[in-house]
Amino acid sequence: MSAAVEEVVTEGQAVEAVPKRAMTLGAGTSLVVLAILVLTPLVVKNFIIFQMTQVLIYGLAVLALNILTGGSGQFSLGQSAFYAIGAYTSAILMEQYGVNYALTLPVAGIICFAAGFLFGQPALRLSGVYLALATFALATAMPQLLKLGYFEKWTGGVQGLVVTKPDAPFGLPVSQDVWLYYFTLVITIAIYVGSVNLLRSRSGRAFMAIRDNEIAASSMGVNVALYKTLAFGVSAGITGIAGGLGAIAVQFVAPDSFTITFAIQLFLGMVVGGVGWLPGSIVGAAFIIFVPNIAESVSKGLSGAVFGVLLFLVIFLIPHGARQVAIVGQQLAARFRR
Amino acid sequence: MELFTNQILAGISTGAIYACMALAVVMIYQAIDHLNFAQGEMAMFSTFISWQLMQWGVPYWVAFILTLALSFAAGIVIERALFKPLAKAPILTQVAGFIALYSIINSCAGLIWDFTIKQYPTPFGSSPFLGSQLISTHQAGMIGITLLMLAGLYFFFRYTRMGLAMRAAASLPESARLVGINTSWMIALGWGMAAAIGAVAGMMIAPVVFLEPNMMLGVLIYGFAAAVLGGLTSPFGAVIGGFLVGIFENLVGTYIPGVGNELKLPIALALIVTVLVIKPAGLFGRPIVKRV
Repeated sequence: MSAAVEEVVTEGQAVEAVPKRAMTLGAGTSLVVLAILVLTPLVVKNFIIFQMTQVLIYGLAVLALNILTGGSGQFSLGQSAFYAIGAYTSAILMEQYGVNYALTLPVAGIICFAAGFLFGQPALRLSGVYLALATFALATAMPQLLKLGYFEKWTGGVQGLVVTKPDAPFGLPVSQDVWLYYFTLVITIAIYVGSVNLLRSRSGRAFMAIRDNEIAASSMGVNVALYKTLAFGVSAGITGIAGGLGAIAVQFVAPDSFTITFAIQLFLGMVVGGVGWLPGSIVGAAFIIFVPNIAESVSKGLSGAVFGVLLFLVIFLIPHGARQVAIVGQQLAARFRR
Repeated sequence: MELFTNQILAGISTGAIYACMALAVVMIYQAIDHLNFAQGEMAMFSTFISWQLMQWGVPYWVAFILTLALSFAAGIVIERALFKPLAKAPILTQVAGFIALYSIINSCAGLIWDFTIKQYPTPFGSSPFLGSQLISTHQAGMIGITLLMLAGLYFFFRYTRMGLAMRAAASLPESARLVGINTSWMIALGWGMAAAIGAVAGMMIAPVVFLEPNMMLGVLIYGFAAAVLGGLTSPFGAVIGGFLVGIFENLVGTYIPGVGNELKLPIALALIVTVLVIKPAGLFGRPIVKRV
């Protein structure tokens, strides 16, 4: 059945090309969003603040995936693995070695950057579905690796590790949740600004050239291998920091929190938020945190199905995710003004 | 030496599971050029349907045939309703579609039949095969069925007009359309066949791994590994790949200390990555050349 002749194919577009300018928000809108993020915790309950922290953390992880997929056009269904590495790095450093929580984050970021960069090496040979497949396997393998008896001394095996929640420093009169929220917010903003600038830089242009046409990019002098692995590394690094923050916020890490389901949720968050639209990451994160709750309140057993149906609806009705909604909103506003 | 041959035999019998699954994976890859991440869940759902039929008192082989027909129809319906409109969308969107399907099927199965582990009958019995303790009659039957499916597919693609049309539609859609082949329906047919093969795989696997909504995850990863090893474009390669992966898994488990069942998935990961890096086309696949 397999013909001996070599097949020549013109490869289809893996990811839709998003122009650089369409990747971010305008200055005015950014300020409004920022103000909302800063002021809301002053008026809401602790549990909601905790959920908002989670949204920010997942938002970071989705943002990381967005840089990889929307920026450089590579797939990953394995982000949960890097998130897990980051979470475990923070947890182990804090609990086993007594390192300050804020200092564990850069370490988590660096370790995950290295892991992502290394995984990017074999991934270089792969594109499209093959890459999705390899990362899918990575995500399914990760919980088993974490459960290994060999690492149990550090990871705590199946039971996982309990992490203590940090108090607000300098005797600030705020609760742990509020402090953690602002701590996360600062890191999120820093990483968001950094990512925006990264995509606007020379490296960002190289990412996008690879995304739009790899062969053309390489003939223009872009070092494809370097930038593809770099995108993987940066993405994994940011995911790792998110993982570290996640471990601190949830106060617990265990192998079964980082299954393929989580990787799928992050992927879903990216699709819902709009591939290649960085502000959409927060929208996507809010979607993956709040919608399962809503789905469960509709029907306990069917939350997965509701999730899937919603994903199909997004693909069919608004294939560009939240970005499309934002654009339509903008046009409406413009018409209103006229 | 006896340990070695025994492990090879045991590997072949587990390999039959992966070979079944890999065949379904390759089938759909041939038809649509994508890996269907929901393949395992579709197979699981089919297996549950056959189980339900048997619970209602339908004899095994009648349930078997009915399930095949239902799965075939369901595969076509899924393609027509959900994936035909996405045919021109970016790959990312299609992968998202597969994942949505995965989630929907898994959740529905859990709701209808809940997550308790169920026994699944085998038509071949489970006594030792030819006096060997390593291969049971069920496993022998499973190997037989896999080879039978492979032969059937070979004859279908090689000697029937429909098979020829499907091959044409998959390899050169433009030209196929010009000679009057309805390529869009050929894709739907590919989905149907993949669903039916998956159903057979599920019904053969279920007596070994037991029936529950998450039974297919490990098997699917190994099926992917087998398909990648054999070459995603070759059904023959997929079956050989399945047996090789089974043997490999058993040998690694026996001879490398500290590697047991808890490392099952990482081994599959290592295998997939290694094959994709060293020989992306697999053992029997054809290389693909890209053009700007």
